[in-house]
Amino acid sequence: MKLCRVEGSVTATVHHPTFDGRKLLIVQPVDETGRAVGDSFLAVDLVQAGAGDTVLVNQEGNGARQLLKLGAQVPIRSLIVGVVDAVDHE
Amino acid sequence: MYLGKVIGTVVATQKYEGLEGKKLLVVTPLDHKLARTGADQVAVDTVRAGHGDLVYLVGSREAALALDPWFVPVDAAIIGIVDDVHAPANGARK
Repeated sequence: MKLCRVEGSVTATVHHPTFDGRKLLIVQPVDETGRAVGDSFLAVDLVQAGAGDTVLVNQEGNGARQLLKLGAQVPIRSLIVGVVDAVDHE
Repeated sequence: MYLGKVIGTVVATQKYEGLEGKKLLVVTPLDHKLARTGADQVAVDTVRAGHGDLVYLVGSREAALALDPWFVPVDAAIIGIVDDVHAPANGARK
C-alpha cells in the first residue's frame, strides 16, 4: 500500500456504471516525511477521507475487487483504505 | 486510475477478436495540476469521449474489465469524462 496525501476531488457525470455514487479523490504519493514522490493519481474513497488527509492507498486490482465485492468485472484499481493518524520514522 | 486529455483518434481495421467496434483514442496522461506525466498512449473508450475532453482512465488488467467482452488485450481504458478537478491547495481547475 502507498502513503498518499489527498489533494482534492474529481467529478465526472459520465462514467462507467461501477463508479455510480463513488467518491473519486486525487491522491499524491508521499514519503514518510510528507514530501511528494512521483505523480498524483485517482483513487476511490472507502473511508470518508478529505482534502489534506494522509491516507493509505491500495493500488492493485485484485485487492480492489475483493474489497468491493461487486464480482469479477470491476475496472477499479486504486482504493483509499485508511486515514493515517501519524507516521513514526527514524 | 489517472487523468488524461484526449488528443486524437486511432483507426485500426485489423483488430484482435473482441475489439471490433471499439473506439481507440490517443490520450496524454496528466496529474491533478494537468501537467503531463508520461508519454501519450492509446486507450479504448467506454464513455463516448471526444477530442479535447479531460477524462479519467484505468490501466493494467483492470482496463480490460471495463469492456464487454472483458477478456481482451487492452491495458488502458477511458472510464469517465471529467467535469471538474477540484484541488484547493493549488487552485487547479479544468
